[in-house]
Amino acid sequence: MTTSLADVASSDSALRAFLHGLPGVDRVGADQRAAMLGTRSIKTTAKAQAIDLAISMVDLTTLEGADTDGKVRAMCAKAVRPGGDAPSVAAVCVYPDLVAVAVEALKGTGVKVASVATAFPSGRTSLEVKVSDTTLAVAAGADEIDMVIDRGAFLAGHYMKVYEQIVAVKAACGSAHLKVILETGELATYDNVRRASWLAMLAGADFIKTSTGKVAPAATPPVTLIMLEAVRDFRDATGRQIGVKPAGGIRSTKDAIKNLVLVNETAGDDWLTPEWFRLGASSLLNDLLMQRQKLATGRYAGPDYFTLD
Amino acid sequence: MFEYAPAPESRDVVDLKSSYGLFINGEFVDGSGTPFKTVNPATEETLAEVATASSDDVDRAVQAARKAFGVWSALPGAERAKYLFRIARIIQERARELAVLESLDNGKPIRESRDVDVPLVAAHFFYYAGWADKLEYAGFGSAKPLGVAGQVIPWNFPLLMLAWKIAPALACGNTVVLKPAETTPLTALLFADICRQADLPPGVVNIVTGAGETGAAVVAHPDVNKVAFTGSTEVGRIIARTVAGTGKKLTLELGGKAANIVFDDAAVDQAVEGIVNGIFFNQGHVCCAGSRLLVQESIQEELLAALKRRLGTLRLGDPLDKNTDIGAINSAEQLAKIRRLSDLGESEGAERWSPACELPGKGFWFPPTLFTGVAQSHSVAREEIFGPVLSVLTFRTPAEAVEKANNTPYGLSAGVWTEKGSRILWMADRLRAGVVWANTFNKFDPASPFGGFKESGFGREGGRHGLEAYLEV
Repeated sequence: MTTSLADVASSDSALRAFLHGLPGVDRVGADQRAAMLGTRSIKTTAKAQAIDLAISMVDLTTLEGADTDGKVRAMCAKAVRPGGDAPSVAAVCVYPDLVAVAVEALKGTGVKVASVATAFPSGRTSLEVKVSDTTLAVAAGADEIDMVIDRGAFLAGHYMKVYEQIVAVKAACGSAHLKVILETGELATYDNVRRASWLAMLAGADFIKTSTGKVAPAATPPVTLIMLEAVRDFRDATGRQIGVKPAGGIRSTKDAIKNLVLVNETAGDDWLTPEWFRLGASSLLNDLLMQRQKLATGRYAGPDYFTLD
Repeated sequence: MFEYAPAPESRDVVDLKSSYGLFINGEFVDGSGTPFKTVNPATEETLAEVATASSDDVDRAVQAARKAFGVWSALPGAERAKYLFRIARIIQERARELAVLESLDNGKPIRESRDVDVPLVAAHFFYYAGWADKLEYAGFGSAKPLGVAGQVIPWNFPLLMLAWKIAPALACGNTVVLKPAETTPLTALLFADICRQADLPPGVVNIVTGAGETGAAVVAHPDVNKVAFTGSTEVGRIIARTVAGTGKKLTLELGGKAANIVFDDAAVDQAVEGIVNGIFFNQGHVCCAGSRLLVQESIQEELLAALKRRLGTLRLGDPLDKNTDIGAINSAEQLAKIRRLSDLGESEGAERWSPACELPGKGFWFPPTLFTGVAQSHSVAREEIFGPVLSVLTFRTPAEAVEKANNTPYGLSAGVWTEKGSRILWMADRLRAGVVWANTFNKFDPASPFGGFKESGFGREGGRHGLEAYLEV
């Protein structure tokens, strides 16, 4: 990290000055750019390539109060072998108490286990609880932690508080990768999305993630675009590459491909791997599989030919 | 590497004939001049042979328009509106056909003809249809039409310029004789077919094709009451001389050398998009193109790096491919002009840069090009290139930005990029340009008047103001 950036978190005012000194985001322009990229027409061989890439980037997710061991095991089976010769997904994403089940089910498969933590989805608890929530998930074997930021503190302008919490959770992660969920639907402005992205990256995030999936709007194309610009600029400034994970509301193959186009034409090729880009989703996978089969055979199969897990 | 496979829009939707006649008095007729060929600039393939209207043909067209004027101007505004609404709806229904034909004949990317040109064309007809029965409330007095309008339009937005000319003329009760550009006559002739489909009374719209001589005959015809021209300042001058003293009303929409001014507090990513859209939209064949980038010296390096990175992602190639950003240059002649001026820029000492960009073997192509280290005195900062060539200049203070932006014989448009609202207003007050865009560029709307200062022309098209050019005021 360059010296100028090393100092930005030295005080609340320095952090504030830095975040507010980032170039603004013009909403109309950002929306327009995202919409234009949404018109890219991805067909034939490019589509086949995109579908397999998208499958390999999925963080297959279940985050319900009704989740059980059985539900998680079924989802893990699907994650490893989604259907036909389709590639495995990148990871499964569960609540901390179900991490052990997923770890057991995915042993030796290469599919990672991600766990939400830090009082997901609201983040409304003490730092102590957030850290121990994280520690438990890591101890149970989670490879990746998806934490939520304190949106209340962020909106109140207490950037240092948000920063310190991320630093603390990062420390608790140990070798596990940290994804920082900004919950952009609650940040409301694109300027805030850019500032929160930088704040998370400065504090040590390995990934920045749009949403919990529990708040609408979630991963809209302009928000993903702005976060991709942020990781691109952050690497230019520091040399450190950060991943991006849009999550929530990505349901169709079309949505997934639009996301890949955003990556391709914003951050670029280096991000087009599961290591640096993920799609947080649950129902998306079956649509990808359906389109994949349609492309291979020329026909759509009925929904009952795709497993529901 | 994520390579997009070719995604060409189908040509089948267009029923391309081998030859086209003139559209006079509601019928397609042969022209008496020597027919000319129109080519696809992306492939140099001949698309069709098109009739040339001689001065006799133009005379017949003007007579037809004169005769139709009696009927058309006597219709209640609400009745004229019905025809215009009908035309607008047919344009929407046949949008794909129009877009494909426009891209074939002009070379512009299908994404633009589909998403910008054709929707705006329909919007113009809808907008002016709405005015047809409200002319008395437009603020121009008795709301009497002028008579026969002779209209000559350029090749950069063939159908859109047609709409800008024909929609307000018809709404006000005039009839028209329109000459499309020699290199792009096909969509105007398809529009003629749409007029027939809409049962527009014969003679209300007449389309005469041909080269400069045909246009001159339209402009000089003694029974034309109004001349409207969009094109080069050079031809505009000739037209102004022809029309002087004749009592014809005249509006001219001519060239430009617009400044796109980026301040250090601008939203950088969107400014980069705006710069790209400002000069590379339609291959820079845009009279209001932001061909001069004025960037505040303090962010020059950062902005240029971002701009160059962005230019590296532009996709140049087949105009009918849905993923193409930059299409073909419209003609060999225009390509020669762009090359000449770019070479001049280099020899005068500006630094030339283009992204790695493979040009197709056939057709007329020019890569997106940047000139840095440009001074006000360089030709590339003064002459309208009308191609995908951007000249980058710097400034230090807002006053200097205004001074440089205004230091051109043109005055069609300008762009201001800053997050500071008060500065936008301060700049807009001082920029001598018909349109000032703030944090956007090349944004068009039928409700917004468009036109130039100084050598960019006079008169306004679009909006309520656009009615004035077609009414006795």
